[in-house]
Amino acid sequence: MTAMLHIDGLWKSFAGFVATRDVSFELLAGETHAIIGPNGAGKTTFFNLITGHLRPDKGSVSFEGRDLVDLPPQKIVRLGIARSFQRINIYPRLTVFENVQVALIAHEGQQWNLFRPGRSLHRQGTQELLELVGLAPEALETAGELSYGKQKQLELAIALASQPRLLLLDEPTAGMSPQETGETIASVRDIVKARGLTLLFTEHDMSVVFGIAERISVLHHGEIIASGAPDAVRNDPEVKRVYLGEHGHV
Amino acid sequence: MPQRRHLIASAIIVLLLALVPLAGSRYAVDLTTEVMIYALFALSLNVLIGFTGNISFGHAAYFAIGGYACAILLTTYGWPLALALPAAVVLAGLVAAVVGYFCVRLTQIYFAMLTLAFAMLVWGVAFKWKEVTGGDDGFTGIKMPAMIAHHVGYFYFTLIVVAAGIAALWVICHSAFGLTLVAIRENSQRAGFIGVDTRHMRWAAFTVAGTFGGLAGALFGMYHRGMYIENAFWTESAQVLIMVLLGGIYSFIGPIIGAAVLHLLQTFTNQYTPYWPTVLGLILLVIVMVLPDGLIGLARRVKARRGRS
Repeated sequence: MTAMLHIDGLWKSFAGFVATRDVSFELLAGETHAIIGPNGAGKTTFFNLITGHLRPDKGSVSFEGRDLVDLPPQKIVRLGIARSFQRINIYPRLTVFENVQVALIAHEGQQWNLFRPGRSLHRQGTQELLELVGLAPEALETAGELSYGKQKQLELAIALASQPRLLLLDEPTAGMSPQETGETIASVRDIVKARGLTLLFTEHDMSVVFGIAERISVLHHGEIIASGAPDAVRNDPEVKRVYLGEHGHV
Repeated sequence: MPQRRHLIASAIIVLLLALVPLAGSRYAVDLTTEVMIYALFALSLNVLIGFTGNISFGHAAYFAIGGYACAILLTTYGWPLALALPAAVVLAGLVAAVVGYFCVRLTQIYFAMLTLAFAMLVWGVAFKWKEVTGGDDGFTGIKMPAMIAHHVGYFYFTLIVVAAGIAALWVICHSAFGLTLVAIRENSQRAGFIGVDTRHMRWAAFTVAGTFGGLAGALFGMYHRGMYIENAFWTESAQVLIMVLLGGIYSFIGPIIGAAVLHLLQTFTNQYTPYWPTVLGLILLVIVMVLPDGLIGLARRVKARRGRS
């Protein structure tokens, strides 16, 4: 397998606080990779640096050989990277259906079409994505009125509408009940497998992480202190000391 | 199919409006002409407010540019209407594109303040450039083509142009472009990360709004046979903003209702008292306190309540 995402010597600080410290990282095509670390370790910052929402102070990010550092988010998504956000990030006053439909319109570059009725476009594609994430029954509901777990599912559908090859999920199960967590993870795993996606995700729930990740990287104070197969990471003395130990055993 | 229902309803409204002059009242014809022009003006502003989520405090600028340009081209340069009107609309659109280029770099209150600043600049030009615009005497004595010089002829002309303008705005607002604008309004960060260049889209929306605002202004100037610097003043921008808010920003037809209600209220109020600004203030108070989504929102809530009981 070759590296799909290649990050080298990445730095980012905010007013003197170093959120990302000399991070080098490789993501292999087709793998499912988890980033773990305590709150404030810099996981979301790391995602934002990849997707162009933040600009690194130093270092390089390349995706399939293309440099991402100076690209704005809307260009990066077109290269085949999609993400969900840690805090719910949908269009609350649109229907569930329209939330996904707009993403398909944008993916096809039809947002500049001033004549074709927007609501008639991609009806089938939207329906299929909603069925994939289990939201077909809620298609006509106002997105902002969905339960928290379902809004997270909608985020996933929006991300998938961009036809990504790399999917970044920032805490996909945060705030979910144990049952919702189980369902979400099962559906994410199936989708990733069926579409041959590369998945990079952050997660708090260790059972989720060790259940689906093929490789795990541990972020601590903005640095990657360990990276490897789940068992190797679990037994890494440094990881045990700074992170896993605080949570008891895993 | 909802679209067909809308089409039939619109056709009926246009037909009913076409009957207004048959009643034989000059007053009714004039009032309806004014309402139609304001309806187009308010709708054009709502492309920015309701559909894109950007509040402009300077929309009168494009109204005034359209109005002055059409008046000057007709009168000073003797252009035929068939050239003067499109040219005025294009000019308003071009100025909106230039101003919008700078404004969409900002958001929220900073965006609003910049639109206001540019509008005051336009007002200043109308005021100072006396030999072209007439300065504070206004630009009067517009040469009207004979066909629409009579008030009934002008009424039908306005009806056709406004209906075409509203139809065009309807298509734009309900297009893939319009739906994407709504996504930007709802969550511009997320819209960016489905691959939408939100700044360019907002710029386009600004230009569309200015273009149709210019069309409304051109109709207004010809109707009054003159343009005055007050038409470019910030109070004019505020008034159209209140029309939009009164009708409701989250529906396409809201601004039309808002324009009609506010203009009729103003006309009737002026017959009894000189204190229209006070009444306007009270209306604004009511909108902000109890009608956050305007009259359309109120109608929807009443309907929902009836449906439940």
